[in-house]
Amino acid sequence: MAVPILKQGPFLIASIQSALTDTDLVQLRDALVGQVGSYRSRGVIVDVTALDVLDSFASRTLRDLAHMVRLRGAETVIVGIQPEVAFTMVRLGLTLEGVATALDLEEGLFYLNEKLRSTQQTTQ
Amino acid sequence: MDDVRVPISSDLDLVRAREQGRVLAGQLGFQHSDLTLIATAISELARNILRYARRGEIVLQQAQDSGVPGIVIIAQDEGPGIPDVNRAMEPGYSTAGGLGLGLPGVRRIMDEFEIVSEVGHGTVVTVTKWKR
Amino acid sequence: MSEVKTSKSPMSPTQASSESTASLLRELVPHLRQNRTQLRQEWARRITEAKLLTAMSADEIFTEATAVYDQYVEALETGTFEALQAYARNLSERIIPRGVETHEVVGIVLLLRDVLARSLFAKYQEDLAKLNRILDAYEPAANRIANTVAVGFVQERERIIREQQEAIRELSTPVLQVRERLLILPIIGVIDPQRARQLTEQLLRGIRTNRAKVVVIDITGVAAMDSQIANHLVQTVEASRLLGATVIVTGLSPEIAQTLVNIGVDLGKMNTVGDLQGGIEGAERLLGYKVVPIGDNTQMPKGLLPG
Repeated sequence: MAVPILKQGPFLIASIQSALTDTDLVQLRDALVGQVGSYRSRGVIVDVTALDVLDSFASRTLRDLAHMVRLRGAETVIVGIQPEVAFTMVRLGLTLEGVATALDLEEGLFYLNEKLRSTQQTTQ
Repeated sequence: MDDVRVPISSDLDLVRAREQGRVLAGQLGFQHSDLTLIATAISELARNILRYARRGEIVLQQAQDSGVPGIVIIAQDEGPGIPDVNRAMEPGYSTAGGLGLGLPGVRRIMDEFEIVSEVGHGTVVTVTKWKR
Repeated sequence: MSEVKTSKSPMSPTQASSESTASLLRELVPHLRQNRTQLRQEWARRITEAKLLTAMSADEIFTEATAVYDQYVEALETGTFEALQAYARNLSERIIPRGVETHEVVGIVLLLRDVLARSLFAKYQEDLAKLNRILDAYEPAANRIANTVAVGFVQERERIIREQQEAIRELSTPVLQVRERLLILPIIGVIDPQRARQLTEQLLRGIRTNRAKVVVIDITGVAAMDSQIANHLVQTVEASRLLGATVIVTGLSPEIAQTLVNIGVDLGKMNTVGDLQGGIEGAERLLGYKVVPIGDNTQMPKGLLPG
């Protein structure tokens, strides 16, 4: 099942709607990493609110996604991780180290806007 | 309740297996946070099957210990088997890429864990989670 | 495909194998049914005499005695204990809150066993050989019934105690919202793995429902922490971050600090501040509030602050 990617100003928003297979997830990663370049986006939000499982493969794919996006000059923030999913992840040792996280879409946008503002200030 | 058997040969089966696990565990009265734990364990076990044996089966059973219900997850395949089971249980061990957290992680979040593997014949992992 | 199902036999194998046991039990059932009124009364009288179930009125005792008597006879007749077990749990649920003790429940079932045995004795005293066989069949079944009821009572009691403990735990550590987006979790007392898990689940849910950005976990009131609980604390910090919240841990005792160093905690992941006051100040800085000395503009809403 393909995940729709929305372009919102300088950001890309991928809102996952239902459980994803490994293949779907890899496709999403590749699509986002590709579109960051074609749209010259400054940030990516992946909304995982609908996911009831984030296992080792999903965590690794999200982490790789964030790192690849950074290498292409943009920031990634993962939003909407459910409380019980977060607890299970850390018990498995999956902490998404080095990847920004936020409560929900609104917070994710706030985070990226702040990030954008601070980089514009430093480059001025 | 009868055993639930989910054949595993594609990553779509993996999604199906964890949904089935969630349903059974829900029927057994597990708490919401435990459903996530159980679904995640099934995900890791099923992926191990796909990755190392390409095909196999997840069997879900209900268990009972002096009135306490539990769920048993059996992941079995007829793949190449694991030469050194003890090493496979060390965190960080992995032969096909990945974080190598699969089996040790599952052991950590489940109450009981057993693995039997024979090179050339396959692997059976049996884990149990009791309702708290 | 053929399938073999094994299920637990209601009687132990030795009893079940002896055909006569079941038929003997069936033979005494009509006798117990015929004399129901009289035996039931005798039982209720013995209960009162033994000063059991004092928390209940005579009427109540008689009603319950009737139900238990019928279930008892039925269990003897069918050899299945499920209905009796279910009734025992239901009864326990009703009488436990009224202060009925385990010894009373065991006492009344043993009294019934005794009342019925005496009645059988009276009936078969002419034929001693038969009486022996009857009692041989009756006794194990009666013991099993007594056991079923007592175990049901104890399990129900344990369940109620567990529920109460959980309720007390929920109450004992509230997740407090001190201001918008800031939660405080003051932990006091002994933390075992179960309580630790409960605290974490409570906190994570709290973060989501209150849309918290910063959490201060104050462990000043925690005397000691083993490495398992310390690891759990680290996991709680990590899980909160996955939800988008920053955790500040305050009030670490020297002993707990040592435990955390021993388990090799990554200090880069752990935000720690000496005391709760300092933690709240740190949290407010993270939230973008300015900390101003008392007497200045402390009561002013944020939007009205100059600058």
